[in-house]
Amino acid sequence: MDGKTISAKGLDSRAINDAIREAGDCLLTDCLGQRFIGAGMNTEDITIEGIPGNALGAYCNGARITVHGSAQDAVGDTMNDGVIVVHGSIGDAAGYAMRGGKIFVRGNAGYRAGIHMKEYKEKVPLIVIGGCAGCFLGEYQAGGVIVVLGLDAAGPIVGDFPCTGMHGGKMFLRGSCAGITFPPQVTARTATAEDMASIRVPLEEFAALFGQNADELLASEFTVVTPDSRNPYQRMYVGN
Amino acid sequence: MMKEGQLRIPSGCAIAAVIDRDGGRMPGSLVTEAMRPMHERSNGLGGGFAGYGIYPEYRDFYALHFFFENRDARKSCEASLKERFEIVQSELIPTRKIPTVTDEPVIWRYFVDPLKSCLAAEQVDEREFVVRTVMKINTENRGGYVFSSGKNMGAFKAVGYPEDVSEFYRLEEYEGYAWTAHGRYPTNTPGWWGGAHPFTLLDWSVVHNGEISSYDANRRWIEMFGYKCTLQTDTEVITYIMDYLLRRQGLTLEEAASVVAAPFWSKIDAMQDPKAAEKLRYLRTVFPSLLVTGPFSIVLGFDGGLMALNDRLKLRSMVVGEKGSRVYIASEEAAIRAMEPEAENIFAPVGGEPVIVTLNRKGGAD
Repeated sequence: MDGKTISAKGLDSRAINDAIREAGDCLLTDCLGQRFIGAGMNTEDITIEGIPGNALGAYCNGARITVHGSAQDAVGDTMNDGVIVVHGSIGDAAGYAMRGGKIFVRGNAGYRAGIHMKEYKEKVPLIVIGGCAGCFLGEYQAGGVIVVLGLDAAGPIVGDFPCTGMHGGKMFLRGSCAGITFPPQVTARTATAEDMASIRVPLEEFAALFGQNADELLASEFTVVTPDSRNPYQRMYVGN
Repeated sequence: MMKEGQLRIPSGCAIAAVIDRDGGRMPGSLVTEAMRPMHERSNGLGGGFAGYGIYPEYRDFYALHFFFENRDARKSCEASLKERFEIVQSELIPTRKIPTVTDEPVIWRYFVDPLKSCLAAEQVDEREFVVRTVMKINTENRGGYVFSSGKNMGAFKAVGYPEDVSEFYRLEEYEGYAWTAHGRYPTNTPGWWGGAHPFTLLDWSVVHNGEISSYDANRRWIEMFGYKCTLQTDTEVITYIMDYLLRRQGLTLEEAASVVAAPFWSKIDAMQDPKAAEKLRYLRTVFPSLLVTGPFSIVLGFDGGLMALNDRLKLRSMVVGEKGSRVYIASEEAAIRAMEPEAENIFAPVGGEPVIVTLNRKGGAD
């Protein structure tokens, strides 16, 4: 990658983001917990060494962010466009209210990944988690696609209470999901060839990023979870 | 200005802790490093630390740390202290004047031994005797407040950012086998030194990130047993719950965790092991009012170890890592890396499942 190297040592969040905006594409080293890195950025290609703080790529609007270690809570909070790639694991509430763009994680995700993701027309956000996801995956999910691969998983690939309040979007979980209890308002079924075709491109992108075999992933059994109705709460308050 | 206790205090906060399982001693400046990358989790209205194994020369005596409003308050409290304890050592806690920590009270410590005749007269054991004394002093409103009362451990807290509080108390001069730290973000409080974390009683100390919604239910129950919640902060009640369950009821740490962060009934019903399910049902039935709801991540410090615990919905973050004989706990991975850049086996504990770390051999801190 062409671009400048910025040492994050001694810089606070604002100073880091100012330096990134000035540099454009850059390598950020010595990161230690500074928040909001890449927030709202449009075109920058940012590579991060160290541990970025909470809300990495919040409101990201087209930038590309690559983290070689792990990231903390609220990765891609309210992200609108762009790509976030994390080679390690991520904390809780990744992709909170995300409405566009893509998040790829090689490791695990904490609690509440994809909470209240949404979509509108061509804006369909995507989260691909290579490892396992914690409890409350896709809580109140209203749109977008969440894929959990459970690579190297010893037990269930998602924690308890997945899809709580889910009322839109789609979830792809590798395996049969035996032993995982879903709430009554969603349907979990085995993925069809058509379903798999819809995640071919994302899985190829994941495989290219992390040195996996896309064909092997695509050949695995997947469970698809979707809400039973597009508007399950239509009679909760008023007829809408 | 209103003091703590006259106003309800929700808080945000940062927590961190470290323990050396082999009992190796670390300066207080190590855990202070963890608080730097988490600076924004605090707002300067409270920072504090607890160190274990820091008073080996007085290991057999209770270390009472006091805030006094003035010298007269100290004289008055000391006179009544002498009626119940032999005072082995009495001194100012050394501090350093810095511009970021101001308006300090008189900060004093006593190393004391309960008078045997008083123990016999009250027919209680030593630890209960100390608890009763602390509760009495802290509710008497004589201008004295005990903020630490364990053996071979001590809490240090103030109004300020935690990094500054550490410098103020010269924590780099203390060495302990375990430390906990807290940065506070109270959102509608005047902020008083006593209201900073950790909250302690005997050797129990609690640092807490979160805002528990069961405070009043918990408080009403625990006050039936002689505890007095004087500060209206949720963390204080957690400390007393732990003392009640662990010391008075004799529960194990795992059992106490199953009381305050009880598994959902649906999880208990789905358990494969009927004996384990029966035990959890028993604990939930006997101690329903000690269920702590709302977001929390806490680290409980005690003689010989630490316990980290999240609320069962895991509404606050917490990460654990290790390197060699040391185990690190913090609200953020960056905080762990600030203490040990090469920390390994980083993981986020599942909500409601305690992480308990104890010394490999009891008394290893000698």
